[in-house]
Amino acid sequence: MPNYLELSAYEIVEKVKAHELRVEDYIASLYERIGKIEKEIHAYITLTKELALKKAREIDKRIKKREKVGKLCGVGIAVKDNMCTKGIRTTCASHMLEDFFPPYDATVVERIYDEDSVMIGKMNMDEFAMGSSTEHSYFGPTHNPCDLRMVPGGSSGGSAAAVASSMATLALGSDTGGSIRCPASFCSTVGLKPTYGLVSRYGLIAYANSLEQIGPITKDVRDCALLLSCIAGHDPLDSTSVNKPQEDYMKYLIDDVDEVNIGVPCELFGEGTQEHVAKSVWDAVSKLEGLGAGYEEISLKSLHYALPAYYIIAMSESSSNLARYDGLRYGYRVPDKSYDWSTVFSKNRRLGFGFEVKRRIILGTFALSAGYYDEYYLKAQKIRTLIKRDFETAFEKFDVLVGPTLPVLPFRIGEKVEDPLEMYMCDVDTVPANLTGIPSISIPCGFSKGLPIGLQIMAPPFREDLLFRVAFTFQKNFGFARLKDYE
Amino acid sequence: MVKRKKGLSKREIEHIAWLARIQLSKKEVNLFTHQLNDILTYFAKIDEVDTEDIPPAYHVLDLVNVLRKDEVKPSLEETFQTVPQTKGRFVKAPRMT
Repeated sequence: MPNYLELSAYEIVEKVKAHELRVEDYIASLYERIGKIEKEIHAYITLTKELALKKAREIDKRIKKREKVGKLCGVGIAVKDNMCTKGIRTTCASHMLEDFFPPYDATVVERIYDEDSVMIGKMNMDEFAMGSSTEHSYFGPTHNPCDLRMVPGGSSGGSAAAVASSMATLALGSDTGGSIRCPASFCSTVGLKPTYGLVSRYGLIAYANSLEQIGPITKDVRDCALLLSCIAGHDPLDSTSVNKPQEDYMKYLIDDVDEVNIGVPCELFGEGTQEHVAKSVWDAVSKLEGLGAGYEEISLKSLHYALPAYYIIAMSESSSNLARYDGLRYGYRVPDKSYDWSTVFSKNRRLGFGFEVKRRIILGTFALSAGYYDEYYLKAQKIRTLIKRDFETAFEKFDVLVGPTLPVLPFRIGEKVEDPLEMYMCDVDTVPANLTGIPSISIPCGFSKGLPIGLQIMAPPFREDLLFRVAFTFQKNFGFARLKDYE
Repeated sequence: MVKRKKGLSKREIEHIAWLARIQLSKKEVNLFTHQLNDILTYFAKIDEVDTEDIPPAYHVLDLVNVLRKDEVKPSLEETFQTVPQTKGRFVKAPRMT
């Protein structure tokens, strides 16, 4: 593999601008690599090779003429297949949208195009982003590049696997309950869920609106700040988008954690946390302490109820969101002519949706139904208030909170897929950030049995600067754990 | 508030699935009855928390009534291209009964 495939996006942009690397050569070698290893990993649902090479040649011409180019000039980027791309198939990894060609681009897609990145393809995921392993894809599972027998995490598993295996240099994922941070952790990459409202969701195919955000999956912290700087910012097309001035997050890459106060909630190391995972995370905390940060163990009692509250809310919202898939205006439609409205509707959905999507719609419908609304949905939203309050109190004293991204190491393909509840338990440490809207990043902090472990760092709303500072300091001083260092 | 004593029966699962307009196969009804009851048993954990005077957090931001000027903007004419069955300029739908 050519050396430049291992470069970060930041380095690619530098080389391209310095006329040291032709975008066309680099993009072509990304596709060569895909040709070699994609059949074992299955990170992509759709490849956009012709468009990408055309775009690459255009950028090369502009570089030659010394025209102005964007911040992601020439960088090959992978886009999760739940973000609309005009004229390019967007499936949500579902039979329901297998032949859906959106008539418009998502705002994030427009933004990465405007910065002159080159889209390599659309990435595999759990159907409608519902899952933690990318096994619930209509197109079959993605394999973890660190160990092909294992899941890559989910739901943005294709995005993380492509970055980890250098089949793309950057990726976009979406995170409703951990769907960026989980695969980032399992594939030993960096993944950020920004503050709710920081990145536009216009054109993101909705699953649970009050929880989800689009964010970067990258090789290092600098690339993460670079990509966030490009996609963050107000968008009038998303009414939950916050009207804040655009920021350059690169300026927060500061190698200094002196006097940063770290809180370590013991609930994030609860029952089911594997010993190796806990040890690796505590080692990381000690390393940060060694650089001048202070830490204290704390307790956030409400976190015991975060997982059930999250699933009740997410399922309820999904039952309402996915009601639009009637097969009439778009999506899968059964060929039968002789049935009435409700029967056609029900058949389309029976054949168009996979098991996990059906489970969540049915439970969500139940949680919102008359007589049970107070017991489930309303109660869960009240618990959400308690969790929010607990975090607000903690952030009065601490700059950041840290813990494991996942309580477990990457598991085998097929190991949990038959037991939905066991799969849900994987999200126990990631859902609090979605319930409260706060930003959270996962960075690699070690390996055990050849499998990666992620360190999760959380900060108050719109304090991505703190995440970048702590994550960058960790990366700068200790490097990111590479598998070979542990073998 | 209705307190559920027992789990959901197969008939109830079928009824809820019908409300959600998802036809289920026999196999799915059997599988889901078992799985969904497991999940609901786990959800019951939230009953332990006293939330008597706690307001619900429907939203994490303080945004209220985000409005824009009522100006006509171009509509997405291309949306019609995605419709699976059409007749002329119309979306073809099954008959209502």
